[in-house]
Amino acid sequence: MSTHHTLGQLFNVSLVGVGGQGILLTSDILALAAMDAGFDVKKSEIHGMSQRGGSVISQVRFGSRVHSPIIPDGQSDVLVSFERTEALRYAHLARPGAKILVNDMERIPVTVSSGLQPPAKDVAKRLAAYPGLMLIDANPLAVQAGNLRAANVVLMGALSSLVPFDEAHWQAAMRERIPARLLDVNLRAFALGRQAVR
Amino acid sequence: MKKLLSANQAIAWAAYRAGCRVAAAYPGTPSTEIMEHVAEFKGAINCEWSVNEKVAMEIGVGASLAGVRAMVSMKHVGLNVAMDPLMTFTYIGAIGGMVIINADDPSMHSSQNEQDNRSLAKFAKCLLFEPADSQEAYDMVMAGFELSEKHQVPVIVRTTTRTAHTSGIVEIGSGERGEAPAIPYVKNAQRNVAVPAHGRLMRFAAEKRSAALRERTESTPFNRAEPGTGDLGFVASGVAYQYVKEVFPEAPVFKVGLSCPPPIERIRAFAAGVKRLVVIEESDPVLAEQIRAAGIPVLEPRTELRMMELNPARLAALRAELLGTPAPATPKPETDIPVRPPVLCSGCSHRGPFHILGKLKATVCGDIGCYTLGSAPPLAAMDTCVCMGAAIGAAIGMRKAGLPNPRIAAVMGDSTFFHSGMTGLLDVAYNQIPVTVMVFDNRITAMTGHQENPGSGHTLLGEISTQVRVADIARAFGIKRVHEVEPYDLAALEKTFAECLDCGEPAVVVVRGTCVLHEKLAGKRINAVDAEKCTACGACFRIGCPAIVRGEAKDPDGKRFKSRIDPQFCTGCNLCAQVCKFGAISPAK
Repeated sequence: MSTHHTLGQLFNVSLVGVGGQGILLTSDILALAAMDAGFDVKKSEIHGMSQRGGSVISQVRFGSRVHSPIIPDGQSDVLVSFERTEALRYAHLARPGAKILVNDMERIPVTVSSGLQPPAKDVAKRLAAYPGLMLIDANPLAVQAGNLRAANVVLMGALSSLVPFDEAHWQAAMRERIPARLLDVNLRAFALGRQAVR
Repeated sequence: MKKLLSANQAIAWAAYRAGCRVAAAYPGTPSTEIMEHVAEFKGAINCEWSVNEKVAMEIGVGASLAGVRAMVSMKHVGLNVAMDPLMTFTYIGAIGGMVIINADDPSMHSSQNEQDNRSLAKFAKCLLFEPADSQEAYDMVMAGFELSEKHQVPVIVRTTTRTAHTSGIVEIGSGERGEAPAIPYVKNAQRNVAVPAHGRLMRFAAEKRSAALRERTESTPFNRAEPGTGDLGFVASGVAYQYVKEVFPEAPVFKVGLSCPPPIERIRAFAAGVKRLVVIEESDPVLAEQIRAAGIPVLEPRTELRMMELNPARLAALRAELLGTPAPATPKPETDIPVRPPVLCSGCSHRGPFHILGKLKATVCGDIGCYTLGSAPPLAAMDTCVCMGAAIGAAIGMRKAGLPNPRIAAVMGDSTFFHSGMTGLLDVAYNQIPVTVMVFDNRITAMTGHQENPGSGHTLLGEISTQVRVADIARAFGIKRVHEVEPYDLAALEKTFAECLDCGEPAVVVVRGTCVLHEKLAGKRINAVDAEKCTACGACFRIGCPAIVRGEAKDPDGKRFKSRIDPQFCTGCNLCAQVCKFGAISPAK
């Protein structure tokens, strides 16, 4: 059990990105880790069209007792974005001074590449205006760990140092949720992510 | 034993723990995962993907009348399809416990309408539970089987997208399979054969049962008053209860868990103890209207709470209104960010056919599935979409109405065709309607996450099964002009589509591909753009493929970006090469 398990105020994490980036697996593991640490937890997400390249959001709340599965806007303690433009789209979810952890890559929406709407301007500059911004280049780290697809787990490793419970709970959750044959790559990706924000 | 479970998972566990023996469903967001999790208990529960919700409901009916516990699950619009058996089964009455999981979708995250099916429970004289979280979903399904048997009534459990897809900690007891011995079957025509003479008797019995259910709802612990302070008191059901607890933590709340029929007398007693009574429910004022009709005053706030999902922010606005405090400050979202709607995947077998339908300027009656995304720009190749199977009937209607466009097509996927397109096609054949029915057959139920169907050759449990060919059905119906084509040869598609659309008789085209997402084809074969040859004309962008992205290079005027293909997403379907007039795109791997 974690020494922090009496968290009276809720701890809120919003995870956003593009369908197919592994957001739901990441929030699953976060929720399992929080449960392992002794908290009440709720994890909420909207999927169904999520694999078709749409914008995706998942929210995890934990503490002594969680009621609403939806985090009110402006109350996320950490915002994790798997892509830069999505970080900007959902920046208002973060509380003032929250950590905003962003995978430093951009995925252009089809509506932009096909000329139906203009691209977002000055994404990097606008993001830099948020004091809690933490950019992490997760894709090369995932390749280094052994699989580009583990970029979500690199971000998870980075996130792990921003939440109020110990790394051991993450390890337990990963072992529960990730198939054995993929565990090594993912544990390496997690470690690289965790180091990257230290 | 405690587990982190979504309500959908918790429902499957409850079925297992309650000794449910038969389960059936047709996939539909947000209910799909229930049956996938039930399948994990396949030794204990005889389960299947049914061809549609009506069949699933009828399977539940048969199992219940045979004396075993049965569960069926579906999304809210699926219950429309299954209403016919339900409306008479409720007269006949359950024998083995019958639990119907109905998943509503406030905000229409993944649906075509926002109907609130709680009204249908009242209509069908059933019991209806509204779980507020995964633990309640588990508890209510467990209780639902017992109450169904005790009162011989079908029991509906209404989840919503939010509860269905929220995970929470659930106590599932020992986790062992529950025992519910079958109730011995007795042939009883007066009870089980709904003909007018029996139906009249059943009608009176149902009314008597309703009186018993009204007594039940007044005593169940699922309906309870929670004390608090202040003038305001709340009646809340489903996940709306959680928002009330979060935003009005001090207020007394009457939590309604068994909401049909509502516990009017207990609410009356609760209302007597508060100065102002507010009812918070998603979406229609189903409870509020019944409470008012009982003569209990209910406040009507100015804050709009009827349409779309509720959330803490909307209740915070209500709080400001009711307490006369300033509106809460909420952070402003960033502006000028392009929307990112879901799109057909790179390499999707639906893209080419829609490109050609657009080129041929056909009027396209569409349907429910991934391919509904073909209505969005840049393809924009769909005129209507109503409900499962409606494409064909709508196309017939357009033809009969004398639409000037001679080219009328009905488009649907394989699973939708088996669900409720076959009857429409039979109507085309029988009445000899000159429309072209196109089945975009990717041999899987894709939109809901790749469930097996009669065309895929496998059952829910992965067993090898019959693999129904759409073309065989069309021919069996007597349609003469039936084609099977492959989806990536644009010239061939155009030739076949034009011939059929212009032939003046019923025609069927089956476009046979496989779902690229299901087959995990991305990156195995890839195309590439030759920047020397690319003129930045933009033709390849207009097929709306997410693998085609803006390149670094620009045209000689420096105005437009040349295209580039992202090798991570490309499947090498080669459609882009066929729309490029400059030969700038070709296979690279």
